[in-house]
Amino acid sequence: MPDFASSRISTARQAKDRIFRGLCYGAAALGVLLLVIVLWGAVREGFSALTPKFFRGYPTASVSRAGIMPALLGSLWIVLLTLAISLPVGIAAAVYLEEIARKTRLNAFIQANIANLAGVPSIIYGILGLAVFVRFFGFGNSIVAAACTMSLLVLPTVILTTQEALRTVPMAYREGSLACGATPWQTLLRMTLPCSSGPILTGVILAASRAIGETAPLLVVGALASTREVPHGIRDPYTVLPIQIFNWSGMPQHAWHVKAAGAIIVLLTMLLALNAVAIVLRNKATRI
Amino acid sequence: MPASLAISTLVGCSPSEPASAGDGGAKHGGRITIDGSSTVFVVTNQVAEGYMDAHPETTINLSFSGTGNGFQKFAAGDTDISNASRPIEDNEIAALLKAKIEFIEVPVCYDGLTVAVSKENTWVDHLTVVELKKMWEPSATGKVMKWSDIRPGWPDSQMHLYGPGTGSGTFDFFTKVIVGEEGASRTDYTPSEDDNQLVIGVADDQDALGYFGFAYYLENQDKLRAVPIDAGKGAGPVAPSPASIKDRTYAPLNRPEFIYVKKSALEKPFVKGFVDYYVSPEGQELIRESGYIPFDPAVYRTIAKHIASGKTGSLFSGQMGKPVEDVFK
Repeated sequence: MPDFASSRISTARQAKDRIFRGLCYGAAALGVLLLVIVLWGAVREGFSALTPKFFRGYPTASVSRAGIMPALLGSLWIVLLTLAISLPVGIAAAVYLEEIARKTRLNAFIQANIANLAGVPSIIYGILGLAVFVRFFGFGNSIVAAACTMSLLVLPTVILTTQEALRTVPMAYREGSLACGATPWQTLLRMTLPCSSGPILTGVILAASRAIGETAPLLVVGALASTREVPHGIRDPYTVLPIQIFNWSGMPQHAWHVKAAGAIIVLLTMLLALNAVAIVLRNKATRI
Repeated sequence: MPASLAISTLVGCSPSEPASAGDGGAKHGGRITIDGSSTVFVVTNQVAEGYMDAHPETTINLSFSGTGNGFQKFAAGDTDISNASRPIEDNEIAALLKAKIEFIEVPVCYDGLTVAVSKENTWVDHLTVVELKKMWEPSATGKVMKWSDIRPGWPDSQMHLYGPGTGSGTFDFFTKVIVGEEGASRTDYTPSEDDNQLVIGVADDQDALGYFGFAYYLENQDKLRAVPIDAGKGAGPVAPSPASIKDRTYAPLNRPEFIYVKKSALEKPFVKGFVDYYVSPEGQELIRESGYIPFDPAVYRTIAKHIASGKTGSLFSGQMGKPVEDVFK
């Protein structure tokens, strides 16, 4: 704050300023505090569950043997496949809407609907996925059905953040590129997209985090509650960590809740690791 | 998991040949797909584990989406076996008939729905079915609010009621046998699909009462007290216990649990093997371990004969809580 704030007449305004700043700090700290509480609760309860056997084991009925291997691999499969589907489609859609489409009524309509889709509850996507991917396309209760459903779920996020990212690239860059003789395609590929890759990666983080943490749609499209099968391909049945956590925390015996807490630690670690990778990539990208 | 596999399959999201999980069994050696009630899931999961330990070549994949949803998936051909915490209903039989899916009904064990209060509650010595009805019927909503409304002499304090949500087979069963009409319940209680939440709600509150599966009471006996129930037929109040649930002196909150097996699946040796194992002495031991109450061994022998006979259709439909011994002596 510059010095004019220290003039005596404005003490009331200063006080307001301080209160506002305090509230903002509080709001920011609240998020961190909640994360710490969640982490602390999970670590305190579930740390003892984190044995090598826990990572190698299957979600069996006897609590001493139960582990998370199929769920861990299932989660990885689904996150990677979801990103593989939703990123190309989402970025292409954003490029179309932002760079190519003219401002027609139809495009405005599409735009409004994408914004609305971002707010649709995830269970609705689950029901859609059940009807379209599981039944109509006949994917069954497979990884590919789950990943396609998750892709629908994260697409609006990817599109909207990519659009925001493209808007941050100054018009002059594009015009400069075009003036130098580049085609629109070259401009897009070598100028606009690289310049906006930082914020686009933010969208990827959000998409991946959502895909890894969602439970409701996968319950509907048929994730398993108990299996000894490790997925080997996209047509295989699967289970994922959030489902495992959900199931175990619903069991009557306390020992299961310890396992659930252990799985929560693994899920949070995966999530933070994914975010860390994306943040490193983003920092590299923004430096260009 | 080899990296090449990940890459090659990541690209191929296009639909290839349609295959449902239920049909997958033939291709993948021995895979059994099971869905349905979350209550029965606990039992079937335990038995499935025992079976897979003995037969590693068979894979049993279990989910739970509730009894009703389970039957929908059963009718869609997604599953080989459907877990059910109540007998199949007429409309569900009709759906299966339409889908040309024949099924064999196998009762697997008893569960005693437990009405529980906190250990701190000193006054509820027992409840009659009439009192339970007064407490839970739809017309109680907003009216029957205090313990003294249930029995004169009980404290003049608010009751805090906990029970499962409307999507649960437990809810269907409780309303049917206590209120007299399936799904008819007061609405101003705290519902949760998660029985642990019900236990937590009841445990530390002397004015609370809730109902849930016996297994959840069994695990929380240090915090809860099971209320003895008087069916009003002269036998007096009886508390739930493995013995009283099994000989049905604990009434009427005593119900059989079922699995429904697709007939075409039962023709596969590994499905037949699993279902036979379920009702075998080993299976009975695993049922007991899971916190549920097995029938008499003799009853299981009759049930095994029923499975072997391949007789399809339901003997329990429309008769919730009908004693299994009446059918399988």
